Amino acid sequence: MSAPTREPLTGTLIFERGAPESRCVESPALDVPDVSLSDVLSGRQRTEPPVLPHVTEVEIARHYERLASANFGVDSGFYPLGSCTMKYNPKIDEWACRLPGFAGLHPYQPPATVQGALELMWELQEALAEIAGLPAVTLQPAAGAHGELTGLLAIRAYHTANGDPRARVLVPDSAHGTNPATVAMCGYEVVQVPSDERGGVDVAALNTLLDTDVAAIMLTNPNTLGLFDENILEITAAVHAVGALAYCDGANLNAILGKSRPGDMGFDALHINLHKTFATPHGGGGPGSGPVAVSDALAPYLPGPVVARAADGVFSLVTPERSIGRVRSFVGNFGVLVRAYAYIRAVGGSGLTEVAEQAVLSANYLKELLRDVWPLPYDRVCKHEFVLSGGRMRKQTGVRTLDVAKRLLDYGIHPPTIYFPLIVEEALMIEPTETESKETLDRFAGVLRTIAAEAAEDAGLLQGAPYSTPVRRLDEAAAVKRPDLAWVPPEGAPG
Amino acid sequence: MRFIPVTCEEQAEMLRVVGADTVDDLFVDVPAAARLGRPLALPDPLGEVELAAHLEDLASADSHAGSVVSLLGGGCYDHYVPAIVDAVVSKPAFFTAYTPYQPEVSQGTLQAVYEYQSMICALTGMDVANASMYDGASAFAEAALMAARVTRRHQVVVSAAVHPEWRETLATYVGAGVLDILTCPMSDGVTDAAALRDLVDDRTAAVLAASPTFYGALDDLEALAGIAHDAGALLVAGTNPILLGVLEPPAAYGADIVVGEGQPLGNPQSFGGPGLGIFACRQEHLRQMPGRVAGRTTDVDGRTGFVLTFSTREQHIRREKATSNICSNHALNALAAGVYLSAVGREGLAGIGRACVAKAHYLESRLVETGRFERVFSAPFAHEFALRYTGDVAVMQARLLERGFFAGLDLGRFRAEDVGRVLFAVTEKRTRAQLDRFVAEVNAL
Amino acid sequence: MYPKDLKYDREHEWVRLEGGIAVMGISHFAQDQLGEVVYVDLPTAGATLSAGDSFGEIESVKSVSELFSPVSGEIVEVNDELSDTPETVNEDPYGDGWMIKVSLSDPSQVDALMDADGYEAFLAEAE
Repeated sequence: MSAPTREPLTGTLIFERGAPESRCVESPALDVPDVSLSDVLSGRQRTEPPVLPHVTEVEIARHYERLASANFGVDSGFYPLGSCTMKYNPKIDEWACRLPGFAGLHPYQPPATVQGALELMWELQEALAEIAGLPAVTLQPAAGAHGELTGLLAIRAYHTANGDPRARVLVPDSAHGTNPATVAMCGYEVVQVPSDERGGVDVAALNTLLDTDVAAIMLTNPNTLGLFDENILEITAAVHAVGALAYCDGANLNAILGKSRPGDMGFDALHINLHKTFATPHGGGGPGSGPVAVSDALAPYLPGPVVARAADGVFSLVTPERSIGRVRSFVGNFGVLVRAYAYIRAVGGSGLTEVAEQAVLSANYLKELLRDVWPLPYDRVCKHEFVLSGGRMRKQTGVRTLDVAKRLLDYGIHPPTIYFPLIVEEALMIEPTETESKETLDRFAGVLRTIAAEAAEDAGLLQGAPYSTPVRRLDEAAAVKRPDLAWVPPEGAPG
Repeated sequence: MRFIPVTCEEQAEMLRVVGADTVDDLFVDVPAAARLGRPLALPDPLGEVELAAHLEDLASADSHAGSVVSLLGGGCYDHYVPAIVDAVVSKPAFFTAYTPYQPEVSQGTLQAVYEYQSMICALTGMDVANASMYDGASAFAEAALMAARVTRRHQVVVSAAVHPEWRETLATYVGAGVLDILTCPMSDGVTDAAALRDLVDDRTAAVLAASPTFYGALDDLEALAGIAHDAGALLVAGTNPILLGVLEPPAAYGADIVVGEGQPLGNPQSFGGPGLGIFACRQEHLRQMPGRVAGRTTDVDGRTGFVLTFSTREQHIRREKATSNICSNHALNALAAGVYLSAVGREGLAGIGRACVAKAHYLESRLVETGRFERVFSAPFAHEFALRYTGDVAVMQARLLERGFFAGLDLGRFRAEDVGRVLFAVTEKRTRAQLDRFVAEVNAL
Repeated sequence: MYPKDLKYDREHEWVRLEGGIAVMGISHFAQDQLGEVVYVDLPTAGATLSAGDSFGEIESVKSVSELFSPVSGEIVEVNDELSDTPETVNEDPYGDGWMIKVSLSDPSQVDALMDADGYEAFLAEAE
């Protein structure tokens, strides 16, 4: 008897399901006089229908349930993806953003009809300003990198208005790739700042790079090694001394909520990833939201509109006087803002501080459990995450960090961020977040120990992993050399 | 705190393991002057029952598409969203996942993105589409930057008939002097092709236009493409994807990059976001395209699988030389668009487009018949049209809001020349009864 | 791994002299570091280069590196085969994996490059 087989979860496309006569949602009956499309559209009507699927609702339901089964989310298991803050996404936030009074709003409704939405946005602006230690906030940017663009353009506009255009922006060698990419989009030259042996900005090197042609420094603090820069006050003071401004990439804000504020560190601008720190879901890549908080000096340059509250308690949308202009349509990713607001109100000010404390405690705890397995290049108290090096393992066993990551999948755990930051060889960047139990952390440490033992015994086992996932390692080189980026119907298929 | 599962006892044990007496010992690296030293001045925690009541209070202060009949458009539309769409995007394995960097456990997201890309190619007629951008406006701005890379030119000509917020976004994106923008005037609600011919030359990287235009009118993309291509420039064409069941695809007119706001495809209006930015181009320009893209390949056992590909264009690898700084896409909204297009299918999309067009033309005629509105453009339109109101627009809209209607978009808020003009959008959700009642209320003004 | 008849530079390009023409590619070490090459972006023949100029880019799935010319001159021929079979750079870096041929404007620039022994010593030091 042959073994029973299951249909693979993925691979069969929605286009390949159903039949030409299959329907899901029928178009509503036309209750007005029909029109001749060729007449009213002056000959610009479509002649060949677009090749879309034709499937019934049950086929759609099954298809996407299968795809979902081949996915891994925070609800599936531990997701210690460094720099991404994969914390639990509260379900009430999902309920809230679907309320008709939020989801059913049109951005051009009269302000009097959207006072609830505007109040929510205003309260969120105020909360983020308090958390950031910076007075003015725009909720418009759609993601972290979009916030970077917004903040840096505001800085550029500030210098230009002062008759002092500048040419360069400093970025540490440990920075996210979005930082240098943003600098380039803003027409500035990127100058890389080295890290010192403690993992912070090399202050001596910084001082040699600072002059009156530097517009800004973009820093992540805590940085991408998970380390708080102990010299942060000295750094921002040196930056200000040459008339430059300090921009904070807020990707790691989760570590310092209620403990330390970027504004108090001397930063002039900060973007906040609501999809990291404030528990809004990542959605398989987005949507995110990247509000930007700035100092009084930069406030007039923020993109419009922002929400204002009049003395009588009426809310309105206004554009700052010297605004750089909008960076997208409408007011922002409102649905994401609703989720973040709900989260902040659920945990409250005291809860946010507990979030930071537990995130940092959990990271330090895991670091202690793992430090003898993989070398810790920067050995000091960490914040929300820490970075281990797989360099020694690679030399001793031939097993790469990539192989360790793939083996973790067989244990039902999502791998940490790997090969970032670039300054650590074979990096494993681990961020547990505050929403994981001690039991989960202990199991993770145990699994990594097991994998390290496997590496020593049988490198091939890891180099062939994973074995238990819906698909195994994929031919990424073929994907580039023979691009297949969209399905096309086979020749002679029924249209 | 209810989202922290670690007990006090466990915290004590964890502190012991790390060799700290208190959690504050773990913040010794924060200089004293940078410590907050006080509680955050934010409200106390709310239990779920109180929180739900508070959020419902806020939401119920708003009027919305379920309580008021909406004739608002201008880039965000009240289309019907089939129930299956929310059922799919509510699956935690989709919405709680990160970017699919580990393809072996992300095949659901990756295949859904690949299917979405395929559907966008089918709609627009283009060769490749990315996994989505933030919105239509940012996709439009990114298209201008891409055209500059492709042509190695540094000037774009944008049609004044394009959505003002798209044009403003473009201006912000290139505001650092990265590109020069020339604006081509409009005529009859569309691009003034004769004026365009005078503006386009061998310095032009791209002509940027949209059809339908902001005013709902169908632009002559074929003529614009000809003008652009004669000068060695690209045509960037904005589109509304929900109309592409009835409108000829932009590729048929020679568009080189197609962008659009994807909200109409299965996404709620949500006060204007999140929607998704559609971005599609020709295969030959793939390496200059911004944003993520998924591709189909095989695994070591020969099984079909999907990966993020052509990543060397992107910021995490190419850093300051990347095609864009974009990292996040709008994957969940793209998933919604894919489910939507599967649910309506090819005939359904055409049926929805036809219903929108027929109802818009019905309302337009009836409104003109009232004598209170006058036509301002003669160009053909699809489901959105501009009329001049013979009285005070604000007074009219306020009166009709009392009668249960969002009576179109006051165009005067965007451009002085448009004072007195109102833009109406009609979707398949509007019934004849609603439209007739609206006309009756206009007659009663 | 490092043929004796070639010269090498610190950016891991190699040069082979054929009369007044310099043939260029990347070393075994460079292709090994990159992993499977999936794309090579090369200039068109006729362009002129100064020593130190970038003449193209080479990509693996998750990295991109610039290609630098250690010599000056006019590009007389480009290996167009690599656009269809970039993996040739891995399989035969010193043969069919060559990239460009340059008509040298200053042949003495080649003399200044490392020989195979010097390059291997350079690699050992970097390690």
